[in-house]
Amino acid sequence: MKYIPSDRQPDATPTRPLLHDDTKFAAGKIAAVQYIAIAVLVFIGSGFWDLQVRNEEFYSEKALQNQIKSRPIPAPRGRILDRDGRVIVDNHSSFGLILSRDNLREEHIRPIAMGLNLDPSDLEAKIRRFRKQPTYLTIRLKDELSADELTFVEAYRGGDAFPEMELIKSQYRVYPQDGLAAHLLGYVGEINEPELNSPEWASHNPGDVIGKVGIERYYNELLTGVDGQRRVRVDNRGNTREVLGLKEAQPGKDLKLTIDLDLQAVAELAMQNKRGAVVALDPRTGEVLAFVSTPAFNPNHFVGRIVNREWRALNEDPHKPLFNRATQAQLAPGSTVKPLWALAALEAGVIDENFTVHCGGGADWFGRFFKCHKRGGHGNVSLHTALAQSCDVYFYAIANKLGIDKIAELGEMAGFGRKTGIDLSGEKEGTMPSSKWKIRTQREKWYAGDTISLGIGQGYLTITPMQLAHAIGGMAMGGVWMRPHLVKEDKLADPLRKAQYQPENVAKVVSGMYAVVNEWGTAAAARIPGLDMCGKTGSAQRASNELMKAKKLGESFDDDAWFVGFAPRQSPEIVVSVLFENGLHGNLAAPIARDVVKAYFDKKARILKLQQPAPSLAQSLAPPGGGR
Amino acid sequence: MKASFRSIRDLDWGLLIVALAICGLGVLQIYSASLDTAWRNAWIKQLLFLGIGLFVMWLMTRVDYHTLLGQVPILYGASLGLLILTPLVGTLVWGSKRWIPLAWGFRFQPSEFVKLVIVLLVARYLTELKSDRLEIRDLLKLGALVGIPMALVAAQPDLGTALTYVPILVIGLFLGGMRWQHAAAIAALAAVLMPVGWFVLKDYQKARLEIFLDPMKDPMGKGYQVIQSKIAVGAGGMWGRGVTQGSQTQLRFLPVAHTDFLISAFAEEHGFVGILVVLALYFLLMMQIVQNAQTAPDKAGMFICMGVCSLLLFHILVNAGMAVGRMPVAGIPLPLMSYGGSSMVSVFMMLGLVNNVRLRRFVS
Repeated sequence: MKYIPSDRQPDATPTRPLLHDDTKFAAGKIAAVQYIAIAVLVFIGSGFWDLQVRNEEFYSEKALQNQIKSRPIPAPRGRILDRDGRVIVDNHSSFGLILSRDNLREEHIRPIAMGLNLDPSDLEAKIRRFRKQPTYLTIRLKDELSADELTFVEAYRGGDAFPEMELIKSQYRVYPQDGLAAHLLGYVGEINEPELNSPEWASHNPGDVIGKVGIERYYNELLTGVDGQRRVRVDNRGNTREVLGLKEAQPGKDLKLTIDLDLQAVAELAMQNKRGAVVALDPRTGEVLAFVSTPAFNPNHFVGRIVNREWRALNEDPHKPLFNRATQAQLAPGSTVKPLWALAALEAGVIDENFTVHCGGGADWFGRFFKCHKRGGHGNVSLHTALAQSCDVYFYAIANKLGIDKIAELGEMAGFGRKTGIDLSGEKEGTMPSSKWKIRTQREKWYAGDTISLGIGQGYLTITPMQLAHAIGGMAMGGVWMRPHLVKEDKLADPLRKAQYQPENVAKVVSGMYAVVNEWGTAAAARIPGLDMCGKTGSAQRASNELMKAKKLGESFDDDAWFVGFAPRQSPEIVVSVLFENGLHGNLAAPIARDVVKAYFDKKARILKLQQPAPSLAQSLAPPGGGR
Repeated sequence: MKASFRSIRDLDWGLLIVALAICGLGVLQIYSASLDTAWRNAWIKQLLFLGIGLFVMWLMTRVDYHTLLGQVPILYGASLGLLILTPLVGTLVWGSKRWIPLAWGFRFQPSEFVKLVIVLLVARYLTELKSDRLEIRDLLKLGALVGIPMALVAAQPDLGTALTYVPILVIGLFLGGMRWQHAAAIAALAAVLMPVGWFVLKDYQKARLEIFLDPMKDPMGKGYQVIQSKIAVGAGGMWGRGVTQGSQTQLRFLPVAHTDFLISAFAEEHGFVGILVVLALYFLLMMQIVQNAQTAPDKAGMFICMGVCSLLLFHILVNAGMAVGRMPVAGIPLPLMSYGGSSMVSVFMMLGLVNNVRLRRFVS
């Protein structure tokens, strides 16, 4: 059927002039449409002009920003090795997640936190910390993603969901299990706000992982590598299309400690279920061979993911597992300092080897009765017996003869009242009282009575286990005090202090300490057959003000047990100090030191034996070194 | 009226050459924009669509447009039928049902072909009026006739395509002699109804309008497309980055670069100069159509040509305007350039109609 307009049909009767076929009737309007078309094209064209010609630079820059991204390559932190090169702290590589802040959207924070099992408010706080940083700096969100979390990231990383998530290969720290050497090693964690504002960490950025305590902190700069960077061209899904620039990460340097893992393990074992500390030094060099503080914590729990609850629990634990007893516990040393006073008395000439005191279980000094630990008394005691039996009355007498300032002089020489300078932050100096010290701090003059209790390591005197090992080690060396240190030094450093003691005076004291262990003295338990180990026990009351605190905390205020020992008698190689908190008597601390010293000499003998007949075997047992 | 005049020689070759030039640029850009993607064969398909389009155009010239006008009631009925069928059997793509699946993975978008029917409908209605003045009654009638398919398409939901029917109606009314008082009244009514319409719009449509007004409101979400498109266009600069060299296009920052945002990809790779060429080609295309309107043998032919012209102009305005952020985002293809068979074939059918009119201009 063909369509014919009705008016053209033959029977149509036109009622009006035929306008329908007058195609010119709308000529003016058609021209108007042409102008409208031109106007539309000009409108569109000017839009392109505006973007392409007038703002080309702006949009080119934007296009560049779209595709060029900087991705950090985290530098692995240096490993921590023992003196034989055995790895104590290692890194484990895993997938980590970083948050790119160029395209971060507020409403994504919560779902991302949920997907990664993070606390949303923690994450928000973290993002706030970055507020003032340029947006190209990324936020390291989480290391060591689990399989679930990885799946989450892979599923939602695309352009439409959470494009701000970016995966990186990252390294996290692995510490020995059960907190071996935890206080010594410390742990790492993300830098926090107060640290960011402190000058110590001035060169660090938010999100950096830093050593928080221990070796990790002290040697942070050395252990920290330099992060690398990859400039990549990405597509809209964040997939790398092209690597434009690559700056490799420089790994941190490995750190070789002076610690001997074998000795450390023995000391840790011996301290199991006890509170206290063990420090083993090589008095010839100051090298720390073992360093234990118990109870300890598991540093692995701190690596980037300690939760507040766990932190609070550690902090509020009455046994203070975070407290580094080896360098921070300042306690009365008890009788362990008697050898030093004996030497001071010999050097000052106030006594000689024939000097004896009668001990009847105590004595009156300045109107006050000072008792000996042996109620029945020791009878007539010489220097040798006084040391071996730890006669208090004898040492009251020589303290009185010496006077406070002579005692302080030797105490300070031995390193009391000052930091040993060990390469570990947070070391405490303890207190070496003197008459000047008392006036300065207590606004009171020194009473002669104060000196008497000092004679048996009580009163104002407080020291750390580190100081004890350092002091006795230096004395046993004949008056050469080396700085205790944890990281192997290339060459022997100069001693911290050197004293000109009469060798025969030192020998007399050492002989007394030999008797303590080997001649039925107070530390017979520390005897090692075939080894001339010397030592001194101590049991100290906690200072009275501390006693009050202890009561409040429900803590025991039994005496602290101390022991300090060294071997061999001539030119000692190892000195061990032991603090056994509330251990009652020093002879309970002595076996711990014995174990460590025995382990030292057993190992030495083993190596000697191995080295002589078959050198190749020794090589095969050599520690794995180098190469990560 | 003699059939002997209907020969290949009498086709509007100027129109055809311009159209093919535009198609050629389109195919080139589809190739470049879909390189290394799931759509990498789209340009071959587009050539196939072009072939189908040319064939259909030839078919459209074979039948006298008066015959087609005579079939308007049937065509209109069929259109409504297809539009009602679409949501029932259609495939769901991006939240709307616009396509009826065909064999071999091809699919057919009825709303594209309904445009053609609307052009014929408007032409026939206005020709039959036998008056150059439109009464309210006519406005309402014609408005309703166009409004029903429009509502069906808008319900798919595909507001963009539905709106493309409006310019056909508007230009028809304008040329058909609508009184300016009526025009003013309708404009006033529209202004009043606009806020009401806001509540009728779907959320994504509201969002698109909001983004149009302020793309930075949600840069990674709904505003993403507009921002990325503007970056692509701007980064192209005066001379463009070269074929397959546009980073926005090649790295997929530009969304749907082979269809809705093809012009942005083109602008990035060919620069402002390339855009001028494309706009000039479109201008020539439209002027050629207008010229056919001016030389049309009768009023009906004139309405058909002008309807086609207005439709093309509207598509260009919305699509290219969207690319430069001067129009809201609407899924309206750029005629002859954007990838898509339905659009390609329907445009060529319309060009066939224009040629049909031209072939019959020498009224005896």
